[in-house]
Amino acid sequence: MLEVTNLTKHFGGLVANDDISFGVAEGEILGLIGPNGAGKSTLFDLITGFQAPDEGGVRFEGRSLLGLRPDQINRLGIVRTFQKLKPFEKMTVEENVMVGVMQHTANMSKARDHALTMLSFVGLLEKRRAHAGTLSTGQRKRLELARAMATRPRLLLLDEVTGGVDQRSIPGLIALIERLRGVGVTLIVIEHNMQVLMSLADRVVALHLGAMIAQGTPAQIQADPRVIESYLGTAYA
Amino acid sequence: MTTEIILQTIISGLLMGFIYALVAAGLSLIFGLMEIVNFAHGEFMMLSMYAAFWLYTFFGLDPLLSIPICAALLFGLGVATHYGIIRHILDAPMMVQITATFGLAIFLRSLAQFLWTPDFRTIPDPIVAGRIEVMGIFLGVPQLVASAGCVLAFAFLYLFISRTETGLALQATAQDREAASLMGIRPDRMYALGWGIGSACVAVAGVLLTSYYFIFPEVGLIFALIAYVTVAMGGFGSLIGALVAGVLIGLVEALGGLLIDPAFKYVIVFSMYLGIVLVRPKGLFGRY
Amino acid sequence: MAAPGFLSETPDDPELAAARAEPLRAPPSRGQWILGAVIGVCLLAYPLVFDQPYQQHVLIMIFIYALMAQGWNVLAGYCGQISLGQAVFFGIGAYSAAFLFSNFQISPWLGMAVGVVVSMVVALLIGIPTFRLKGHYFAIATLVIGEIAQTVFINWEYVGGATGIWIPIEWDAPWFAFQFHDSKLPYYYIGLGFLALACLCVYWLERSRTGLYFRAIREEPEAASSLGTDVTRYKLIAIMVSAAFTSVAGSLFTQYILVIDPETVFPLILSILVVLMTMMGGVGTLWGPIIGTAVLFPLSEMTRIYFGGSGGAEDLMIYGALILLISVFYPRGLIGLVHKVMGRGSHA
Repeated sequence: MLEVTNLTKHFGGLVANDDISFGVAEGEILGLIGPNGAGKSTLFDLITGFQAPDEGGVRFEGRSLLGLRPDQINRLGIVRTFQKLKPFEKMTVEENVMVGVMQHTANMSKARDHALTMLSFVGLLEKRRAHAGTLSTGQRKRLELARAMATRPRLLLLDEVTGGVDQRSIPGLIALIERLRGVGVTLIVIEHNMQVLMSLADRVVALHLGAMIAQGTPAQIQADPRVIESYLGTAYA
Repeated sequence: MTTEIILQTIISGLLMGFIYALVAAGLSLIFGLMEIVNFAHGEFMMLSMYAAFWLYTFFGLDPLLSIPICAALLFGLGVATHYGIIRHILDAPMMVQITATFGLAIFLRSLAQFLWTPDFRTIPDPIVAGRIEVMGIFLGVPQLVASAGCVLAFAFLYLFISRTETGLALQATAQDREAASLMGIRPDRMYALGWGIGSACVAVAGVLLTSYYFIFPEVGLIFALIAYVTVAMGGFGSLIGALVAGVLIGLVEALGGLLIDPAFKYVIVFSMYLGIVLVRPKGLFGRY
Repeated sequence: MAAPGFLSETPDDPELAAARAEPLRAPPSRGQWILGAVIGVCLLAYPLVFDQPYQQHVLIMIFIYALMAQGWNVLAGYCGQISLGQAVFFGIGAYSAAFLFSNFQISPWLGMAVGVVVSMVVALLIGIPTFRLKGHYFAIATLVIGEIAQTVFINWEYVGGATGIWIPIEWDAPWFAFQFHDSKLPYYYIGLGFLALACLCVYWLERSRTGLYFRAIREEPEAASSLGTDVTRYKLIAIMVSAAFTSVAGSLFTQYILVIDPETVFPLILSILVVLMTMMGGVGTLWGPIIGTAVLFPLSEMTRIYFGGSGGAEDLMIYGALILLISVFYPRGLIGLVHKVMGRGSHA
C-alpha cells in the first residue's frame, strides 16, 4: 500500500532520515520505534508532504507522493496526527472534527452529523460544544483521532498514541486503534510504550539516529541487540 | 557621476547603516526574548533625543557626554514599560501586542508635541562638528562619530550578550522560558532587563544622532519603520542579522537614492526586504 | 476506493441521535430578533430625526470605516493573517472611482466595480508570495507594501502625483456622478447598504465551510492542511474578500469627500486604525468591527473637538492612552461585554 524507498533528509549537518526503505501492506499495523531524535516524526513529515525529502521517494498505491502538498496527500487517503497536538483551540470540538469532514461535503449539517459519529466513536460526544482548548491531553488525543478519521483515510499515521496520557486512559486508546484496524484502516504507529506497541503492531521498524537499524515482528525487535543497544545507549548517555 | 560621488555615497550609506543596526538591535533583542515587536521603539528614540536636547539646553551638557544619562533614563523607561504594560500582554494574541505598543507610540508622540511643541530643534553647537576630507571624500564629523559610537555600542552589546553570565541568562530565557526558569533564572526579570537594554540601545543611537539631526516629535517614525524592516530582514532575534541588514539597508538606501531617485529610496529598501524574505521566510539569520 | 465500513454507517445510538437533533448554531432568540429590528429601524430613521449635517456625517464615516474594518476582520480576525497594509486596497478603491470619473467621465459606480476587481487582483499578487511568511514577517511585508504603494502614487504624475485628484463637480446627474450636494441622505443610505451587505457576507461566512476553514487556518494551519484544507487557496480567498470590502470603502470615501491624495487614502495610520477599531470591538466576530468603529470614531472626533483646538495634540494623547489601556485590560474587545449583558457566550 505504502512504499518508502531510500528516504533521506538532512537539516544542516544533521541527518534526520538516512536512506530509509520499508513497505506497509493493506490492513497492517506497523510500529515505529526509536529513541528521541531517531527521526520518527521527520519520517511522518516526509510521507505526508510537510517536508520534502533530499533523496528517495514515497509511493502510495503505486502513486508517487513527491511534490504533493499535505492537503493533496490527505485527499488521497493518508492522514497523520501530530506529536505536539494541534487542536483548533478556539473552535468547538464538533467544529474541529467538521474541518476533516468538509472535503467530502460542503453541506454543514451533513458534515456535522458525520463529525458527531466520529466523536461518538472516540467517546467525546459529551464534549461536542466545548472549546477544544479546554480539553485534557487524553481528550485532545481522542479529538485528533476523531478529526483524522473524519477525512476517511485508508492509511493513518499516529504520532505517539499514549505519550503524555495518564495510565487509565491507555487501554481505551488501544481499544480504539484495534477498532480502527477492524474497519479496514491501515496504520503506522509511533509509540514509546513497548508493551502497547508489542500488543498492537504486526511488524515493527526501529530507527536510530536517522537510520533504520532493524525491522521484523515485535518479538524479533524486542530481542534485537542493536535495538536494545540504541535504547540503552541513549538511556545512559 | 564620478567615483568620488559613488564612494562618498557608499560611505555615508555605511555610516547610516550602523545607526540603523543599533536601533534594530534593541528591537531584535526584545523580540528574541518574548516575540513582541515594540511599535513604540521609534518614540523611545525620540524621547532620548529630547532628553539630550534638554540636557544641552539647561545644563550645557553636550550630547556626547549625556549618552550615559539618556541611556539610563531610557533603560528605566524600558523596564517601566515592561512592568506597566508588556507583562500584562505577554500571552495575548499578536494583534493585541501590536495595538498596545502602537497606542503607546501615539501617546508618547503626542505627549512630546504637547510638552515641547511640534517645532524642529537642533543642538546649535555640539562638540563634534565640521567635516574632514580624506582622499577627496568629505565626511561629516558628527556622522563619523555617531556611527563609530553605534559600532562601539553594538560591540559592547554583543560581548555582553555572549560573554557575561547575565547575557547568557538572557539567551537561555530567549531559547526556552521554562527550561531557564528551572535553572533558577527568573524570566520576568530577564524580560525587564531586555526591555531596559533594548531601550538603552535605541537611546544611544538617538543621542548620537542629535549632533546633526533635527529633533521633533515624529522623528522616530521613519527610524522605527526602518528598524522593523531591518530586524525582519536580518531575522527576528538575531543580533548579527540586525547588523548585516542595517548596513545593507544603509547602503541600498544611499545608493538607490543616488542611482535611481531619492523619492524611491525607501521603496527600494522595502522591495529588498520583500525580495529577501520571499527567498528566506525567516530573514537572513532568523530562528523564529 | 471505498471508505472503511463504519465511516458511512449510522449507529443506532440515542445519544448520538439527540446530539444530531440539536441545531448547529443556536438560532437568534426572540429578544435578539427584537433588538435587531429596533437597531435596524433606528439606523434607517436616524438621518430623518437628526438632520444636522454633522450628526449625519459621523454615521456616514462610521459606515465607511466599519466596512473597511470588516474587511480586515475577514482576513485577520477569521483567517488569522494580520495585514498592516489594508490602506493599499482603500487607496485603489479611492483612485479607481476618482480617476476614471475625472479623466474619462466614467460613472464612479463603475469605477467602484473596477476598483474591486483591481483590488482583488492586487490582493492575489500580494498574497501568492507573502502567504509563505508567518506572523511578524507577514505583517511587516504588508506594512512595507502599503508604504511602497503610497510612494508610487505620490510620484505617479498621471494620477495626480502628490496633489491627488479633485473630482469635478457635477450638478445635473447626481446618481450617475455619485455626487450629492443637496443632502447627505444618499451617502448615508448607500453607506449603510454596503455595510449591511458586508455583514451579510460575514454572517454567511460564519455558517459556511469557507468560514470553518478560515478559522482552522487561523488556529493551526498545519493541522488544517493535514486534514485536507488547501491553506493557501483559502488564505487567498480571505485576502480577496477583504480587498473587495476595503476597496468599496475607499470608493465611498472618495465620493463623499470628493478630493483625494496619497496622504489621505494610503497612509500607514489608516491600516493601523482598522486594526484598532476591529480589536476594540472584538476580532473574529460579526459585530466587533462595527461596535469598535462606532465607539472609536466618535471618540476620536470628540477628543479632537474638545482637546484638539490648541494644536497641543492632547486629543491624540488621550486617544493613544485609551488604545493602550483597552489593549492591555480589555484585549477581547467590547463584544465580550455585549455578550455578557445579553447572557450568552461567544461562539466565534
